[in-house]
Amino acid sequence: MNIQILIDEQPRELPAGSNLAELLALLQREPRSVATAVNGRFVAREARPGTMLAEGDQVLLFQPIVGG
Amino acid sequence: MTDSFEIAGVPLASRFLLGSAGYPNPQLLAEAVKASQTQLLTVGLKRSAQGGDNGFVAMALAAARAQGARLLPNTAGCRSAAEAVQLACMARELYDTAWIKLEVTGDEHTLQPEPFELLAAASELVKLGFTVLPYCTDDLVLCRRLLDAGCAVLMPWGAPIGSGQGLLNPWALRTLRERLPEAVLIVDAGLGAPSHAAQAMELGYDAVLLNSAVAQARDPVRMAHAFRDAVRAGRQAYLAGVMPAQDFAVPSTPVSGHAFVLS
Repeated sequence: MNIQILIDEQPRELPAGSNLAELLALLQREPRSVATAVNGRFVAREARPGTMLAEGDQVLLFQPIVGG
Repeated sequence: MTDSFEIAGVPLASRFLLGSAGYPNPQLLAEAVKASQTQLLTVGLKRSAQGGDNGFVAMALAAARAQGARLLPNTAGCRSAAEAVQLACMARELYDTAWIKLEVTGDEHTLQPEPFELLAAASELVKLGFTVLPYCTDDLVLCRRLLDAGCAVLMPWGAPIGSGQGLLNPWALRTLRERLPEAVLIVDAGLGAPSHAAQAMELGYDAVLLNSAVAQARDPVRMAHAFRDAVRAGRQAYLAGVMPAQDFAVPSTPVSGHAFVLS
C-alpha cells in the first residue's frame, strides 16, 4: 500500500511505513547536504530514521545558498 | 595594532562583515571576500527544489575557510517567529554553527523588520542555545528588549536592505550608541558607499555589515578594499575623537590682533 506526500510541494507516492531517512535515500540526496522539515517543523538529521511519513505530509528540503 | 571586538566572547579582528550574495561570478565573490579581510561572512538557505547555484555557495565556503572567517547564516525570507526559529534550526545543522543572523520581515516594500515577531524569535532562539544577531530597526526600546532577551549584538539598519542610501537617521543611531554604551552595535543594511561605513564607525559602532554595495559595484574586489579601508578609517577617527561641530568659525591659525597694522 502506498501513501501520497508532498515534497517541496510536488506530489509523490511512497510505500506506507516509509521514514524520512528512507525518503532521502529514495531521492538520492546525501543526508548531510540538506536540512529537512515535515509539516513546517524542523527534523534533525538524527531524528530522520524515526520520523515516519503519513498520508498528506508536507516535506521540505533546504540547502545552503549565498546570502546577505 | 589589533583593534578587535567580540561577539559572544569570540574575538573578531575585522570590523567589516560581508554578505556573499549577488556577485557577478563565484571567482569575484572569492576575491572580494579575500580583499575585505572579513572574519564573518553571511550565507543563507533555500528550498532545494529551487535548483543549483552554479558553484557560488561552494566558493563562499572555501573563501571563508581560506581566511579563517566564520559563517553567519541568515533567516532571510521569514515572516513570522515560528518560521525563523525553524529555519535557524536548519541553518545550525547545515552550517554547523549556532550563530544566526535573525531576519523577520514585516513589510514587503521596505523589508523592514517585524519587531514583535523578531523579539519572539530571538527569545526562543536564545533558549535553544543560539547566538542571535538580530537585524532590527533603530528603535531604542526594541533594541533594549532584544538585549534583555539575550541577543549577543544588535544590528540596526542604516537604510532599507539593498537601497544604498546610507545612514538615513544618524540621530537615532547616535542615540542608540549613547544609550546602550555596553552593547555591541553593528550597522546592517542600506550602506552604499564607503563613506557611509566610515560614518557608522565614526559614530562608535563596533562594525558594519553590507553586501550589495560590494557585490553590485563595477569592480567588487576594489570596492571590498575601499570598504575595508573606510571601516578602519572610521574606527580610527572614533578612537581619536572627532571634534564637535559648531555653528561659528574659529581661526585655526593663532594670531594676535591683526596680521598687519597699516596706518
